Amino acid sequence: MHKDISQSIHKLDAHARMQGKAQYVGDIDIKGMLHAITLRSPIAKGIIKAIHYPPLPSGYTIIDYRDIPGKNFVKMIFEDWKIFAEDTVEHIGEPIALIVGEDKRVLYDIHDKIICDIQPLEPLFSYQKSVIDYQFTKGNPDPVFKQAKKIIKETYETGYQEQAYIEPQGFIGYPETAEKVTLIGSVQCLYYVKNAVVSALDTHPDNVRVIQAAVGGAFGGKEEYPSLIACQLAIAIRKTQKPIKLIFEREEDMSVTTKRHPSKTTMEAAIDADNNIVGIRAKVALDGGAYIGLSGVVLSRALIAVTNAYTIKHLAVSGDVFKTNTVPNGAFRGFGAPQMIFAIEMFMHHLAKQLNQDPYSFRMQYLAKQGDQTSTSGLFRDPIIMPKMIQKATEMAQFHDKVKAYKTMPNRGIGMSYFLHGCGFTGSGESTHINAQVKLRKDDHDHVYILVAAVDMGQGAKTTLIKIVSHTLEIPIEQVHFDYPDTDDVPDSGPTVASRTAMIVGGLVNQAALEMKSLWQSKTPLEVIKRYKQPEWIVWDEKTFQGDAYPAYSWGVNIVEVEVSPITYQVNIIGIWSVYDVGKALDETIVLGQADGGTAQGVAYGYLEVMVHEQGQLKQKNMTDYIIPTAVDMAPTQTHLYDNPFALGPYGAKGAGELTLVGGAPAVAMAIEMAIKKPIKKIPATPEYIMELMHDDDH
Amino acid sequence: MMTIKFMLNGTEQTIKTDPSRRLLDVLRKDFNLKGSKEGCGEGECGACAILLDGHITNSCCLPLASVHKRSIMTIEGYAKTARFDVLSNSFAEAGAVQCGICTPGMILAAESLLNQNPAPTDAQIRIGISGNLCRCTGYNMIVKAIQSAAKRGEGLW
Repeated sequence: MHKDISQSIHKLDAHARMQGKAQYVGDIDIKGMLHAITLRSPIAKGIIKAIHYPPLPSGYTIIDYRDIPGKNFVKMIFEDWKIFAEDTVEHIGEPIALIVGEDKRVLYDIHDKIICDIQPLEPLFSYQKSVIDYQFTKGNPDPVFKQAKKIIKETYETGYQEQAYIEPQGFIGYPETAEKVTLIGSVQCLYYVKNAVVSALDTHPDNVRVIQAAVGGAFGGKEEYPSLIACQLAIAIRKTQKPIKLIFEREEDMSVTTKRHPSKTTMEAAIDADNNIVGIRAKVALDGGAYIGLSGVVLSRALIAVTNAYTIKHLAVSGDVFKTNTVPNGAFRGFGAPQMIFAIEMFMHHLAKQLNQDPYSFRMQYLAKQGDQTSTSGLFRDPIIMPKMIQKATEMAQFHDKVKAYKTMPNRGIGMSYFLHGCGFTGSGESTHINAQVKLRKDDHDHVYILVAAVDMGQGAKTTLIKIVSHTLEIPIEQVHFDYPDTDDVPDSGPTVASRTAMIVGGLVNQAALEMKSLWQSKTPLEVIKRYKQPEWIVWDEKTFQGDAYPAYSWGVNIVEVEVSPITYQVNIIGIWSVYDVGKALDETIVLGQADGGTAQGVAYGYLEVMVHEQGQLKQKNMTDYIIPTAVDMAPTQTHLYDNPFALGPYGAKGAGELTLVGGAPAVAMAIEMAIKKPIKKIPATPEYIMELMHDDDH
Repeated sequence: MMTIKFMLNGTEQTIKTDPSRRLLDVLRKDFNLKGSKEGCGEGECGACAILLDGHITNSCCLPLASVHKRSIMTIEGYAKTARFDVLSNSFAEAGAVQCGICTPGMILAAESLLNQNPAPTDAQIRIGISGNLCRCTGYNMIVKAIQSAAKRGEGLW
């Protein structure tokens, strides 16, 4: 029992998943169930004049905005995202109605006979209409910029990224009573779904029950979007009083669900007479798509990541979310940080080159140290071990030898990114918006049940939380249980997002286990509830962006080595080396798995994954044209974890899920830059973009 | 309607149905074998992969007519074999299973590979599973798992 908690065990659900026994939502059928398909806007912007439906066969139903008992918006942060289009459409693919009935072929037949009379309006695709703007400063940036010896300015662009979970989105639901609707789905956030459906149905919370099915990948894509389809389905179930299944096909999923926000970031540095950076100004533009959704929160995280793993004394930071007539963008692992970390890493790298200094020693000088002020004038309270991590990574990759060699060897390059990721919700989200609650229940056989809303979407939440309870209570793993959560059973421990599950939910579960241990009486049932309490020293002002934006930070170093074909400009990944500080791994293999997968997504974001729209129509619709890495595209990775326990995390654990993605793009971009000897300012760095750089002597 | 005869997980099956139906739908609906998953529906992701006469094949692109008189093995049948035990233990040990939606197909791809090449190099493994997409793992742990299964299961393939 006194083993180190990091020692790996087989993931507790691995064997069922390998045998094909795990039940994903697509695998669940209910006798007598109907199917639903969605009628969508064919145009990017317009006024709905009329929707002409054909006569419907018996047993077939149309569900649209007129059937919504509550308000016509998906309850999230703002009242802007419609459940069904009402008088206008704002993007291609916007849902107008559900068509519900038994036979899918009949549904498609009805769908094809519907005539949408929509008067087109001029759609907006450029960054003109700001719907959210934030700004903050640190220190005293204005005089610093006035007195600067020179000011260096660059602009960076990033593209869409699609989560590309292999299991498309979907729900199945049924009327439990005439009033009560039960929904089973592929979700990250059970209570987001529940609260949205309660609002849509304008009903008592007891009348909505949400149960998690096995989740076949999510990566943020199943954070807010499932609430939209759950509302539509719940309304249809209420109206028909029948079980209904709504599963997206791949093309539909890729065409209409949220993506990572495309961005454009302008960075300016004030340089003094000794070639030091004395201040930075950053301006970020995010393409929010047609509805705001979570875009404001994504923008916050992007802005706060402005100086990444560095300390810069004077900052002026601002950013906007722009409305465009495109698919709404939303949560994706990293949540705004990947865009900003790409910009600041490349900027620091380019500044060094422009000041004729070695980029790596130049960047090292600015690395944040314990006791430094964060970008929002909070405090880095805990030990920072980046120098040791960088040393380790460079040894693993033989980095310095390769840098020297590739100065003269053409077409080869190696790059290294430094990064951090704030763990948990940004700012006061955890204490003011979430207020997480967890429950542990012991039965009279001394079996313990973890009752939380955390979703195991493959990241290992089940195994990790069970390990915490087993270690703390000193009882065998087999005596601890964590089933798919059901909102009728589990309290709201918050959404499965923001690298908060191990640190926040795991921390509360650990506190509950400690209390249970102190009250333990064999063969006697017992329940313990714990609620999140923000440590008093975390002070955050949401309006001015001042204070501690996060309770803790995880840190990382990525090295990527590439070869660029001089003929096709194809980038071939040769190796990836990473070092991470996630506090303490609650299971080493699970964290290394997060590292492998996250880094693959981050690196691919930098060079491989292309998604673009033309007049609001996304051009990539399937795995055939949206390319994610295959086993052949990815090189072997080597990862090292350092322990650096966080006092408030369970067994010292901090966040791990998102950290592993955020540094991949700048590392691969720096490697390509070395190979082609041209600065990279845009990702993905596709062969077409590289060709453009090679043929343009101005760069 | 057509009568189609095929071996399914070692048992002979005869069904009368529309021969243009996708094998994936027939497996999931008519035989309740739901270990084969639909990820993309156009043969790109491999979540629906099965063994057709021992070779890895995407069941979403296979009309039922083309399996007449042939042999199909799905994950449910394969899970009863000694080779599966070796592969699945290696997968669990290596951490090769995250969300699991690609895993049945991935394991069958590993079987198909090891059946042809019992001692593959890492590069050969990567090619062998390149028809199966995984978004969670970055593939390293899967490659390690297959390498370790090849060693542990020496003589089985």
